[in-house]
Amino acid sequence: MPDATLLDQVKDFANRANPYPVYAKLRANPVSRQDDGTEAGTWVASTHGTIASLLQDPRVSSETLPPADRPRTGNPLTDLIVKPLKDWMMDRHRVFIFRDPPDHDALRSAVMHQFSRERVQAMRTRSDRLVADLLNEKCGAREIDAVDDLAYPLPVTVICELFGVPREDEPKFHGWATQLATALEPDSLSDPEIRAANSRTFDAIGGYMGDLIKEKRKHPQDDMLSGLANHATPAGVKMGDYDLIATSILMLVAGHETTVNLITNGLLTLLRHPDELERLRQDPLRAPRLIEELLRYEPPVQFRTRRTLSPIDIAGVTIPEGADLVLLLASGNRDAAVFPDPDRFDPDRTGIRHLGFGGSLHYCVGAPLARFEAEAALTALAARLKAPRLIEDPPPYRSGAALRGPEHLRVAIEGIA
Amino acid sequence: MSLPADASSGSRPGLRVSVDLNLCQAYAQCCYAAPRHFRIDGHEALFYDPAPAAEDRADIERARVACPVQAIRVEDPERGA
Amino acid sequence: MAQTPLRAVIVGAGLAALRGAEALREAGFTGTLTIVGDEPCRPYDRPPLSKHVLAGAIPADATTLPGSLGLDADWQLGNAATGLDRESRTVRLADGGTLPYDRLLIATGTRARPWPNPHEGRLAGVFTLRGRDDAAALRRALAAGPKRVLVIGGGFIGCEVASLCRQLGLPVTLVEPGPTLLARVLGSTIGAFIGAIHEGHGVDLRCGREVEWLEGAEGRLVRAHLVDGARIDADVAVIALGAVRNTAWLDGSGLSADPGGVDCDAEGHVLDAAGRPDPCIAAAGDVARFPHPLYDGQRVALEHWSHAVAQGLYAGRLLAGAAPGRTYGALPTFWSTQGDLVVKSAGLTQGADAVAITQGDPAAGRFVALYGRAGRCIAAVSVDAARWLPAHAELVAAGAPFPPRGTATDRPKGVAVVAPGFP
Repeated sequence: MPDATLLDQVKDFANRANPYPVYAKLRANPVSRQDDGTEAGTWVASTHGTIASLLQDPRVSSETLPPADRPRTGNPLTDLIVKPLKDWMMDRHRVFIFRDPPDHDALRSAVMHQFSRERVQAMRTRSDRLVADLLNEKCGAREIDAVDDLAYPLPVTVICELFGVPREDEPKFHGWATQLATALEPDSLSDPEIRAANSRTFDAIGGYMGDLIKEKRKHPQDDMLSGLANHATPAGVKMGDYDLIATSILMLVAGHETTVNLITNGLLTLLRHPDELERLRQDPLRAPRLIEELLRYEPPVQFRTRRTLSPIDIAGVTIPEGADLVLLLASGNRDAAVFPDPDRFDPDRTGIRHLGFGGSLHYCVGAPLARFEAEAALTALAARLKAPRLIEDPPPYRSGAALRGPEHLRVAIEGIA
Repeated sequence: MSLPADASSGSRPGLRVSVDLNLCQAYAQCCYAAPRHFRIDGHEALFYDPAPAAEDRADIERARVACPVQAIRVEDPERGA
Repeated sequence: MAQTPLRAVIVGAGLAALRGAEALREAGFTGTLTIVGDEPCRPYDRPPLSKHVLAGAIPADATTLPGSLGLDADWQLGNAATGLDRESRTVRLADGGTLPYDRLLIATGTRARPWPNPHEGRLAGVFTLRGRDDAAALRRALAAGPKRVLVIGGGFIGCEVASLCRQLGLPVTLVEPGPTLLARVLGSTIGAFIGAIHEGHGVDLRCGREVEWLEGAEGRLVRAHLVDGARIDADVAVIALGAVRNTAWLDGSGLSADPGGVDCDAEGHVLDAAGRPDPCIAAAGDVARFPHPLYDGQRVALEHWSHAVAQGLYAGRLLAGAAPGRTYGALPTFWSTQGDLVVKSAGLTQGADAVAITQGDPAAGRFVALYGRAGRCIAAVSVDAARWLPAHAELVAAGAPFPPRGTATDRPKGVAVVAPGFP
């Protein structure tokens, strides 16, 4: 094994609390080949311009998952008949973040049709109420864990209510979501143990969702799953059961694993910039621009992977056909060519075109929810926490390099107003 | 849209909004941020209110900052922006 | 001795004028600034006129553009410029006044090309669409529920008005002398795809036909007669025959100007009849005809929103004495919202010898067409596929080889290169 590449250093847990210096080194070459032991190597795009360009390039595919391959059980009937069938179904009905148009567009349009402005607005109001309730529960406390007490339960409740997942079933999703989110970490795709665990988890959550969809067909309610299960889009798109199961799993996992980091990173950043915390307390209308800057400065999704369908000439190099790509969104967000003084947290920046939600066809579906939830949480925290102080800085981080955020965020307080 | 059809003309104190529809790629973030003032017809035809009332400025600001391609421009007579 | 402050005058009060004024101020121009407009209102946005206003969603006077409030400018509105004397450096105004200038920006834009027969053009029910008053008048006519709307001309405005009429549930016939809609701009191959979409929405499309005359009764339009003898009963007609550039006021100024625009050099200064630049005067927007560096210096005058913004900003900086950077040569882009359909373009299709569908599928109503000339990409057009356009715009800006090779998502298997079908 040669020396650790810069990409290895990105993945290295030792750099989790502050990966930005490694990103800065990567930006010396806007697109660089990182040795991964294969002939093609993995190609990392690290500047704003190259990432934005590759995100919208039709020669770049999102179909990066290797073929499904469930672990063998030793039971010949299962291994010879059930397994290939399940693998085949799984490959045909992948979640749409791992699919290209036209399939991607059809599935996504069905989701967007149910993800109506009215539903999202209802969740905006609901978020304010949920935040108030969660903070009220901690009223006498002298310490909170921003993750367990607010940043995790808020988005989870919102996504479950939006989809119509019964509240009492939510705890099951905690483990499922954490497991499935590993699919976004590049190394997990080549790790047979993780892939086996993901297959088992997918089957478990898929079984649950299948039952829930049947229930929504029998007794439709005003939620997204009922809508997707019972109605076609105006263009006539209606998902089959397998696509519907995969899509609802995607939405629920995304709802569990991303906004939590936005809220937690937000509070962490504000506690490191007390002047900004105070300004937000005095003027809650600063929240929207503050959140955009946060999505630039500490994005919950640090990078995404892609694959080239044709050779691509970019920034003086040629990425070969069939190469694995890492689009280092969080590095592009720190590119001084686009954001002057990029390592400074400054909500008064104008014209922020951050890459925090990705871009082009795969732009984050849940972005509006994330924004409203973060606004509800951060404005309430700024308004209500008395004399908040970080207990640990940096806080402990979760393992993910792509989905990056603190595991806990302990904050000492003198009470909650 | 918040404006009634064939709303009477006359002086209209309020915000001024324009969207660079060359830049717009129908991400629809404005439609979620300010649903009474922005809407997408069909796949990507943005329909917006160029003259929102001043009291809606918070939602218009949410829409402006959320635009992934920064295509929305707002002028607020009361705030001189 | 204190220096006399410089005097800047901008003739025209549209988008290019406003962005020019802003750029002038942002570049540090501290002299006096006067903006002259023939209409009695601050700069307003035109694209919403053919959509929002005709649909009745907003009144015509609601489209005032952001940006005019903080300018520190003297607005001479409702007072058209009638002449330019470069010797004395003055602009003559319709009210008899004169305005001296040290720096002048010409941004007088265009007006709708009228129906060639003025008597028929004055019939009640016959409209053109350019300004906000035009839009308000046409809106009133559409709201009254006409039996049929006749749109004469299948360019962008014609397509937008016709599709909007369908959204309002009004019967509409569009007559276009060319072989398809938009044939002059996009070629008949792509024009035919777009025409099929409009026909699917119920537009009665008559391509390859020409209106010979408009018949009135008691001063009102009742029908149109086509050259081939056909008659179309209609109580509203929209003349959508393109635009004429507002250069008549420059007659006698010695500048090189005609109804096709006022000529500029590559830096943006206007040229006199002998081809010498006038360093005190720039032009921007629809009215400016300039050599485009991306198209071998071919002289073009572009009627696009984004061009008015980009060239306005450029000219403002130029007149302020701030080096605006390299010569003006922004990649031309435009959009057109036709009902629910969005057509966007990057580059200039003129001279294309080939076109290929590179993404999506015209049969599904969403696609990108890439235009080539002599083996290079020169323009791209998206139909309800805006997110694919920027990647194609990069190919156009780079003059990448045409047709593009290799596999891509949503690309038809084996990209077929066909004739674009320009007349």
